Amino acid sequence: MTSPGPTHVELRPGAYADSVTLLQVSRTVQGLDGVVAAQVAMATTLNIEVLTGMGFDVPAAATPNDLVVALRLDDADRLATALAGVDQALRDANRRESGPAQEAPPRTTGSAFRRTAGTSGHEAIALVSVPGASAFVEAMDALEAGQDVMVFSDNVPLEQEVALKRVAAEHGLLVMGPDCGTAVVGGLGLGFANTVSPGPVGIVAASGTGCQQVLALLDHAGVGVSSALGVGGRDLSAEVRGLATREAMRRLDEDPSVELIVLVSKPPAEDVAAEVEEYAGTLATPVEYALLGPGRPDLTAATESVLRRLGREVPAWPVSGSAPAGAGAVRGLFVGGTLASEARLITELVAGTQGGHTFVDFGDDEYTAGRAHPMIDPSIRLEHLARAAADPATGVLLLDVVLGHGAEPDPAASLAPALAGIGKPVVVAVVGTDADPQGLAGQVRALADAGAEVHLSNAGATRRAIELAGGHQ
Amino acid sequence: MSTPTAVVNVGADLFADAVEDQAVPVTRVDWRPPMEGTEADLAAVAADPLRRTANERALAAMLDVTATLVDVAPAAELLGLERGEFLHAGPPMTWDRASGPLRGALMGGAALEGLVEDPEAAVPLFESGSSVSLEPCHHRSAVGPMAGVVTPSMWMFVLEDAATGRRTYCSLNEGLGKVLRYGAYSPDVLIRLRWMGDVLGPLLQAAVRAQVDSGAGPVDVTGILTQMLQMGDEAHNRNRAGTLMLLRDLSPAMVLCSEGAGFDSADVAGSLRFIGGNDHFFLNLAMPACKLALDAARGIEGSTMVVAMARNGTDFGIQVAGTGDEWFTGPAQLADGLFLGDYGPDDANPDIGDSAITETAGIGGFAMATAPAIVRFVGGSVPDALATTRRMHEITLGENPRWSVPVLEFQGTPTGIDVTKVCRTGILPQINTGMAGKVAGVGQVGAGLVTPPAEIFPKALARLAARAVARTPS
Repeated sequence: MTSPGPTHVELRPGAYADSVTLLQVSRTVQGLDGVVAAQVAMATTLNIEVLTGMGFDVPAAATPNDLVVALRLDDADRLATALAGVDQALRDANRRESGPAQEAPPRTTGSAFRRTAGTSGHEAIALVSVPGASAFVEAMDALEAGQDVMVFSDNVPLEQEVALKRVAAEHGLLVMGPDCGTAVVGGLGLGFANTVSPGPVGIVAASGTGCQQVLALLDHAGVGVSSALGVGGRDLSAEVRGLATREAMRRLDEDPSVELIVLVSKPPAEDVAAEVEEYAGTLATPVEYALLGPGRPDLTAATESVLRRLGREVPAWPVSGSAPAGAGAVRGLFVGGTLASEARLITELVAGTQGGHTFVDFGDDEYTAGRAHPMIDPSIRLEHLARAAADPATGVLLLDVVLGHGAEPDPAASLAPALAGIGKPVVVAVVGTDADPQGLAGQVRALADAGAEVHLSNAGATRRAIELAGGHQ
Repeated sequence: MSTPTAVVNVGADLFADAVEDQAVPVTRVDWRPPMEGTEADLAAVAADPLRRTANERALAAMLDVTATLVDVAPAAELLGLERGEFLHAGPPMTWDRASGPLRGALMGGAALEGLVEDPEAAVPLFESGSSVSLEPCHHRSAVGPMAGVVTPSMWMFVLEDAATGRRTYCSLNEGLGKVLRYGAYSPDVLIRLRWMGDVLGPLLQAAVRAQVDSGAGPVDVTGILTQMLQMGDEAHNRNRAGTLMLLRDLSPAMVLCSEGAGFDSADVAGSLRFIGGNDHFFLNLAMPACKLALDAARGIEGSTMVVAMARNGTDFGIQVAGTGDEWFTGPAQLADGLFLGDYGPDDANPDIGDSAITETAGIGGFAMATAPAIVRFVGGSVPDALATTRRMHEITLGENPRWSVPVLEFQGTPTGIDVTKVCRTGILPQINTGMAGKVAGVGQVGAGLVTPPAEIFPKALARLAARAVARTPS
C-alpha cells in the first residue's frame, strides 16, 4: 500500500473542514501530478492511525483541531505545486456551484396530480397515451386523484377497461377510452379534436373519427357542440355494458347548454342497447342515436336527423373539384377507422360485396405497432397510395384527411404532391372545420388543386367514388 | 361541462402541445417504460381493490408510532439469545455464503462470548455449524448496523411505542474505524466491546431507567429525529446533532445514578466522552425507531409498501407490508463513494447492514436534502441533494409531517416506498452507507451511496400480484 518517496507532513492548527469535504480534497490531491499518496484530514485518533498506516509520521503535538496535510511525492521538487494543489482543492471544496435546483418533471400520473393538487381543483383531467400495457396504471392514478381520464392508448386488455370503468363508476368519474381518439370537454379539444363553437349538442362517441365527422358536419351547418365525450370503441360491448356511456350521458344531461345528446357508435349488443336506452329515458335531455351499421343511416344522414330535430336547416354538404370516372375497383385508403367502416358499409349497400372494392384503415393496430398513427405520420399511407395507383385493377382512389388538434400540421403538404399526376381519379373526404389549426379551406383548396374531388361528407365521398368506378348510384 | 383548468399529459407530447395551444396549462409526465416484464403485474396490483386503503392504512400506522428509549439490557435477557446464537444484519445468511465483514464480526463475536479464545479459531465452529446458529436481527424485532452481529452478552437499546407497548432493539454503537460491525476483530475491538458490556451498558441502563422513572419521562427518540433532521443530520451517515441531543438528555441521569450503579466519575467521564466522541452513536437509536414505525405496517394485505430493506454483505433483501415475512433478495451492490487512506473500490465489500431501515422510513438517503454534506461522498453538489430527496417522492406513498426538510420549504420527508412506483419509474431507493473492507478483520474502508439491486422489486411485485389475483373472485 505504501511506496517510497519523499514525504511531507504539516499541521495547520485552527483550519477546519468536515470529514466529507476532506475525503474529497484528499481524492483530488491524490490525482495531482507528482503525488504518489495524499491524505488531508483532521488529526483525530482514527485519522492519525490511518496516516500512520500509510507510512506518514504525524507530529505528536497534533490535536483533533489541527488539519494534517500529508503528501508522498515522486520528487521533492514537486512539493510547491502539490501544496498549491491542496490549497486549491480546499478552496474549491468550499465554493461550489449552487445554481437553482430545478425540479424534475413528475414520473407518474399520480405524482403529477400530487404536485398540482390544490391548484387544479376538480377541473383537471388526465390524457393517457402511453403503450397499452401501461395505460391502466396511469389511468388508475388519475381516478385515485379524483379526476376524469381520457385514454388514447389502444391495446388495453378488455378486463382492464372493465376494471377501470367500474372504479370510475363508483366515484362518479369519467373514463374516455381506451382507444379514445377524440374528445371535446367543455370546449377543450383532447387527442385528435376539431375546433368547434359551443352550442346545443352534446356528443357521446364510441368512435373517434365518427365523432369528428359529426363535429365537422354540424360545424358546417352552423351548429355548435358543448362537449363531445369519447368512450372508446368497446364501451357498448357485452363486457363493458356502456359504463362510460352512461356517465358521459349523465354529465351532458347535467349541462344546461346541452339541448340534445347524440350517441355515435357502432350498433351495440341488443341487451346493452336496451340498457342504454332505458338509462337515456331517465334523463331530462333527449337522446339521438347515430349507430353506424348495416341497414342504418350513415353518419351524414344521422347528422341530418340531428339538425332536423333541432329545427335547423340541412345544408348541401360542400364539394370542391371534380374527379373523372375511372374503370376498376374503389381503393379506400383511410386514416380514420370509422370512416373506413362507413365507406365499406355504404359500398356494400350500394354495390354489394362484388367489385373488388377494398377499404384499409391505416390506424388499425396491425399498421400502428411501433409507429405513430397515420393522422400524425402519413408515410405508410403514402407508400400504399403509390402502390394502389400503380395497380391496374384500381379504378378510383378514396381517401380521408382528418384535421384538428393533434393531427399533422399540414396533411395536404405531403398528400397534394403525391396526388398530382397520380393517373387515377381521387376522391377525398376532408374532415375538419375552418377553426382547426390546419384550416379547412386551405387544405381543401390544395387537394382540389392537385386534381382531387374533395368532400366534407365521407358518405358523400364514398358514393361519388362508387359512381366514378362504375358502380350503381 | 366546464372546461378543464389543467391537464396532466402522460404519453405523446403532441397532445400536450395541442392542449397548450388552447391556452390550458399542462403538466407533462416524464413517462418511461416500467421495469422489464412488469406491466401485467403492475396492472394486477393496480386493480387490487384492497391496495389503496391498505396503503393508506400502512402509511398511517407507520406515522402514528413514536419511539421512546425505555431500557438498556443484554441481548440474552431481552431477546432470550442463548450461547452460540448469533444475530446478523440483512436477510437470512449462512456461513458458506457470508461475506468477509460478516465472517469477521461473527468470529469476533464468538471470541467475545468465550466460544473461542482467538477469533481466528472460530472458523471451524461456523463451518461445522453444530454449536452455533445464525438468524437475522429482523426476525427478533432488532436491527444491527453493518454486519449487525449481536451476541447474548451485548447490551441493547430498547425502544417502545408508547401507544401499543411494541418494542424494537439495537446494539450500542462502537464508533468508527476498526470496529466489529465493520468486520474487525483485533484485540482492541474486543477490549472496547468488553468495556461497553461492563461499563457503558450498565451505566446507560441505570440512567435510562432513572430517566423513565423521572418526571421527564423516557427520551423521545422520534422527537430527537425530528430536531436533528433540521440540524443537518439525515440520521444514517450523519448523526452528530442527534448524538449530542441524546447526550444532553441522558448525561444528568448518568451522573446522578452512577454512584448507585457502582461506577466512579472516571467511568462516567469515559462513557460521556465515548458517546460524545462518536458521531454515529445515535444511529443505533435512529434505526430501531425506524423499525418500530415500519413494523406497525407489517401484515397489511394488499399494501405495496416496503417495511424493511436490509443487507448482509452478500444479499440485499426487502420485505413488504402485503407479503408477510417473505424476503425478496438479490445481490448486494458496491457503494459509490470515497475511501479512507489508501483503500480503493477493490477493497470494499458489497453493501451490508440493517441501517437501510432509515431510508425505508424516509430518512437517510431519502432526506439527503437536509444533509447536503453527505452528497459529497460521491462528489455531488447541494442541488444533487435536493434532487435526490425530490426524486424519492416519486417512489413513496406520502410525506412524514413530523420529519420535514427546511430547505424544501419544510416539505415532509418522502415516506413509504411503494414497490409499484419503483417498478413503474425504475427509480431505486437511494441509500447512504458506510463501506466495510471485504476481507474479514479490515474494518471500515469508506462511505458512499448505494442502491438495492433492481430485480428485487419486480420479484416482490409478482408476489403482490399473485396474492391480489388469488383473492379476486373470478
